[in-house]
Amino acid sequence: MLKKTLLATVSLSMAALATQTYAAGTLDAVKSRGYVQCGVTSGVPGFSVPDDKGNWAGLDVDVCRAVAAATLGDASKVKYTPLTAKERFTALASGEIDMLSRVTTWTLSRDTQLGINFTGVNYYDGQGFLVKKDLGLKSVKDLDGATICVQSGTTTELNMADYFRTHGLQHTPVVFDTNEQAASSFDTGRCDAFTTDLSQAFGLRTRMQDPESVVALPEVISKEPLGPVVRQGDDQWFNIVKWSLNAMINAEELGVTSANVDEMKGSDNPNIKRLLGGESGLAKGMNISDDWGYQIVKQVGNYGEAYDRNVGKDSPQKITRGLNNLWNNGGIMYAPPIR
Amino acid sequence: MPSDPQKDPLHATGASSSQVKFWNDPGKRALLFQILLVAALVGMAWYLGKNVVTNLEQRGITTGFRFLTQEAGFGIPLSLIEYSEASSYGRTFFVGLLNTVLVSVLGIIAATLLGFLIGVARLSENWLVAKLSALYVEIFRNIPLLLQIFFWYFAVLRALPAPRQSIEFFGNYLNIRGLYLPQPVPEAGFGWVWIALLVACVASWLVKRWAHRRQDATGQIFPSSWVVLGLIVGLPLLTFFSVGSPMHLDHPELRGFNFRGGLTIIPELVALWLALTIYTAAFIAETVRGGILAVPHGQLEASMALGLPRMRTLRLVIIPQAMRVIIPPLTSQYLNLTKNSSLATAIGYPDLVSVFAGTTLNQTGQALEVISMTMAVYLTLSILTSLGMGWYNKRMALVER
Repeated sequence: MLKKTLLATVSLSMAALATQTYAAGTLDAVKSRGYVQCGVTSGVPGFSVPDDKGNWAGLDVDVCRAVAAATLGDASKVKYTPLTAKERFTALASGEIDMLSRVTTWTLSRDTQLGINFTGVNYYDGQGFLVKKDLGLKSVKDLDGATICVQSGTTTELNMADYFRTHGLQHTPVVFDTNEQAASSFDTGRCDAFTTDLSQAFGLRTRMQDPESVVALPEVISKEPLGPVVRQGDDQWFNIVKWSLNAMINAEELGVTSANVDEMKGSDNPNIKRLLGGESGLAKGMNISDDWGYQIVKQVGNYGEAYDRNVGKDSPQKITRGLNNLWNNGGIMYAPPIR
Repeated sequence: MPSDPQKDPLHATGASSSQVKFWNDPGKRALLFQILLVAALVGMAWYLGKNVVTNLEQRGITTGFRFLTQEAGFGIPLSLIEYSEASSYGRTFFVGLLNTVLVSVLGIIAATLLGFLIGVARLSENWLVAKLSALYVEIFRNIPLLLQIFFWYFAVLRALPAPRQSIEFFGNYLNIRGLYLPQPVPEAGFGWVWIALLVACVASWLVKRWAHRRQDATGQIFPSSWVVLGLIVGLPLLTFFSVGSPMHLDHPELRGFNFRGGLTIIPELVALWLALTIYTAAFIAETVRGGILAVPHGQLEASMALGLPRMRTLRLVIIPQAMRVIIPPLTSQYLNLTKNSSLATAIGYPDLVSVFAGTTLNQTGQALEVISMTMAVYLTLSILTSLGMGWYNKRMALVER
């Protein structure tokens, strides 16, 4: 772990040493390389996890694939770099990856002090606690004096400390490098509770010895808007990643799915036309092909499809849409129009 | 270096040197080149430093050490100094540093004792003892340290029972969350015990000196070790009871989820300490064996011929000579142990790398500053260990008469 951090730091300082900034030109680099290098988790079910054949899948992975579809016309042209929470920003700043799509919470300090930009929100999450059912706990306030397993280098660690302090509760954190380690330590009894963003908690719960014996406490103690991240200083690339995600959300709103996209191409609806490249010149500012929206929907699907497949009704976690439903459907998922 | 005037014919007479151009004067020329080299190095360092700062600024990455005074806001399970979530990032540096020092010092002491024991045992004439020691060395030297840490943490210590089913012995409790011991809490008047200990130390030193002089003068041996032991243990103990036992024990009690009160030794510390000790002891054992074998056999025979008992032969003849061979590689082992303690981060022991180069780095994002500080710490710790061992080595070195 130290080695990886060191390596990333050394490469960061090396990058900082280079006289000309190479922050600009990520798109050119991606095009000449032929693939997008995307930073993901080392395995959080539903967000980014490799299957038994080594293919990555998940809601975060789909954003990487959408960017590859928009820029290279092929969603499969992505290489994945699994990163721990600690390594992720250094890996991005040093140029090791083109974009980070790794359940990362958008906060002011990260956005303004790390030289990175958040491109939007692909999942509205909140932090919760998992405990063993047989303890009969009803609330987080019952956790006074508990030992709690948590992943290091996350907003989770700080939210927990804030929450316990403001409520006058005692706790002992035990900090691990990865969420899997923290979850398994909770599972074997090192801790009374395990805390992380709820979406991940449900994913990790499916891997525990006896998932039925583990329950989530009712409180959600924080706002965790998760989204893709890029380096500061390359506005063109920033726009591409931002609008790839927006295209997925707009496609769901317009009812365009990977199944009906070909017939929708002939639609008279001007919004659908613009999304699928029927109006030329729209993508000129991003310097990518006009059919970028079509490629995203065709190869990756719209946001709703990605949600259902990875974390929603067609996945083992079966998390309800809730906040992540479209704005006109009871949620807050809202994308600016493509025009 | 400018050459010494005696060796430099051009400086021999003032008259001739004034006729020689300075670039033909090897001394001055060498000086010039060295000034140029230093200037180039300084210039290079300045250029690189300036570049780093400008480029970081251009990318909007915050630089500087101001973050050290900001509130950290995260908890740390083990701290030797006062620490809470409201403490600063600078404080997390010291908490991590002290935890690193704690596990390193504990590891160095235990590894040295175990290593010496195994090293001597491997030379034993008892076949079983010698073979068992050899087996120990071969097993633990050849398994990667990280795996040993995982073994102790995930395989051994995870098998302990939950807090409610703790193993109890003499008021101590052992469970998966750690070892809970009664904590001695000194009351008013305990200061006398410290004073007694100090007096005992001074008295011991005087007794030792007197015994040494007497042996030099008369050849009679005084059993000073027993007297010293009696003084150091007996005097404070006597004082303690005569001022009315000013101390009570704070017993751990199961309240809610965990034991509260008393002393807690967390399993992460135990696992790391065990692994570091056992791993490093295997190397120290080999160093010790090598050192003892390096003492010529004639020395042993000579001291036997003089009629010295076996223990005294070992203590006065063999070990002092073996130490000269042992100390330099022993220093390397101590340095290795200290640096290996950074593997703590793998099992969540809150050492410097886990707390400061881990959480603090990630929360502040100031990788260059944090990693430089961390590297400086390991460098300083290593230099301090080297200096200490160098001083000890000099004391033990052969004094030629």
